[in-house]
Amino acid sequence: MAGPPVIEIKGLTTTFRIGGREVAAVRDLDLTIAAGETLALVGESGSGKSVTSLSIVGLLPKGIGRIASGRLMLRRKSGETAELQALDNETLRCIRGNDIGMVFQEPLTSLNPVYTIGEQIAEPIRIHLGKSRREAIADAARLLVDVGIPDPQRRVRQYPHELSGGMRQRATIAMALACNPALLIADEPTTALDVTIQAQILDLLAKLQAERGMAMLFVTHNLGVVAEIADRVAVMYAGSIVEAGNVRSVFSHPRHPYTKGLMRSVPQLGEATALKEAGAPLQTIAGSVPSLVDLPPGCAFAPRCPHAIGACTTAFPDLVDTGKGHASRCIRWQEI
Amino acid sequence: MPEEPLLSVTRLTKHFAPVAFGRGPVVRAVEDVSFEVPRGRVVGLVGESGSGKTTIGRMVAQLIEPTSGSVRFDGVETARLSARQLRRLHARVQYIFQDPFASLSPRMTIGEILTEGLEIQRLGTRAERAEKAVKALAAVDLPADAFSRYAHEFSGGQRQRIGIARALVLEPELIVADEPVSALDVSIQAQIINLLRDLQLRLGLTMLFIAHDLAVVEYVADTVIVLYLGRIVEIAPSRELYSNPRHPYTRALLSAVPSPDPARRGKRQILTGDIPSPANPPSGCVFRTRCPFALDACAGPVPALREVAPGHANACIRDDLD
Repeated sequence: MAGPPVIEIKGLTTTFRIGGREVAAVRDLDLTIAAGETLALVGESGSGKSVTSLSIVGLLPKGIGRIASGRLMLRRKSGETAELQALDNETLRCIRGNDIGMVFQEPLTSLNPVYTIGEQIAEPIRIHLGKSRREAIADAARLLVDVGIPDPQRRVRQYPHELSGGMRQRATIAMALACNPALLIADEPTTALDVTIQAQILDLLAKLQAERGMAMLFVTHNLGVVAEIADRVAVMYAGSIVEAGNVRSVFSHPRHPYTKGLMRSVPQLGEATALKEAGAPLQTIAGSVPSLVDLPPGCAFAPRCPHAIGACTTAFPDLVDTGKGHASRCIRWQEI
Repeated sequence: MPEEPLLSVTRLTKHFAPVAFGRGPVVRAVEDVSFEVPRGRVVGLVGESGSGKTTIGRMVAQLIEPTSGSVRFDGVETARLSARQLRRLHARVQYIFQDPFASLSPRMTIGEILTEGLEIQRLGTRAERAEKAVKALAAVDLPADAFSRYAHEFSGGQRQRIGIARALVLEPELIVADEPVSALDVSIQAQIINLLRDLQLRLGLTMLFIAHDLAVVEYVADTVIVLYLGRIVEIAPSRELYSNPRHPYTRALLSAVPSPDPARRGKRQILTGDIPSPANPPSGCVFRTRCPFALDACAGPVPALREVAPGHANACIRDDLD
């Protein structure tokens, strides 16, 4: 099913300057996504999931965030490989919106209020593919049909405020797909939407990805959404991947205490009633996410972990293969 | 004779006047909503954007006035209260807000935030107010030294605990909790839900719990009300609603929640179309434009809530769906 790798990241460390110090927001991250494959990066605030996606597209805040080390190799539509970390801004601009499409959380902030939907979808087509305005607008109307927006001839002439939240997110997806990218990065694309609209957008993204054979990096905090959309999942905590593998394998047999705790603390529909009637509390993870400025030594999760032992606080654990492409950054994974 | 409910809402309606210089349509945020909250119980209000859940909460807490209908609190019609009586009522009904970053003043110490309500109510001496504030901090598992610190020194979860302490310090009878966990990280949400449930049981609080997340409401609420476009479509005891939902919207809403449990991933029912604007709601059943089971008759009169089991009412005219 999966084709050759479209993006391959090796040893990515991204740092931020905070109060005169260099703080690693992402450390030593490896990931690969093949054509036709969806990888979900899941984590809570400050886990580094969005910083990873911003590192790929070169949109880290200027003068504050930078890629300190690592290689980010993108196989472009032309077949050549680009090393994203080494490119200047001009080349990156040719890649963004062209080889890499992006969809963000809040469609209203991704869309410009003073341009029509059609002009905004047409813009990357004109810039990257060199088509005329007329051709590009015609393409835009076809893209609107692809993303399930009815009456495209009228919609291309409308402004963002005339569309509902779900329709706006469909329009930003059309914009991201305009140049037929090799990689689609979707960063919390359904978080601002109502649950019945979220279901529509997830369905649409899955369908478009299958049709076009893109690689997709899907960033989210919602484990349910991961199960719905992704083939593989990487769970991030405090800047590192703590567990990765096939969605089914990770969710049915989590091999890291953080993943396990996270899954338990999301109440499942229908289960909460039983807990309540038994007088039992919801399962929780004690404490809160550590500050990146002040990470504990060794495993970053150790202070909250019910399985932590002395060895957990002395050395930063490796990501170990636990079999069948499933990996865990826990020294006690066999006992969990 | 059964005890009178602490809160009783009857035919509550709220229309917002058009914003654009008096032109444009009226927004029908809440239409003809009636329900009761018995003492010591928790009622959950669930719905998506534009369902009217927050507007109902604000009318209950007397933060905005209804267009029509009544809110009775402890047997008293709140619309008839004088300003002084209303201020006293505000102490008995407290509100917990969604965003713990926006709802705490960055310029006040936690102590000032917690004692402000007591001061406005002219309750106790300065020392007594401080003592109450420290007790409220203990109730939400925060250290007493939080008293002299500022909101920015706390994490999101801790701030929400402060928001809860502020509501508790006045020893209210009714708490309106408006999306109290939706701004928090997943691993913190369960901590706050457990805290609210624990406080509710220990202090015998009555609560109106507003959320868009069905899974969150299930653990806290005894009764759940499902709203769509300002109207109640279904109301049922929590256990009933999750095991035996009757209204097509409730079923679709439950089915739309994605589950991480591989064993639970089944076929999903995906609703087509968008939620209509509350400025221009459909005639008859407000859900009919997205309902896979709609008939011509659904565009007729607004369907009434009909009891289908004890305490379980459904506003769908079709009895043949199963």
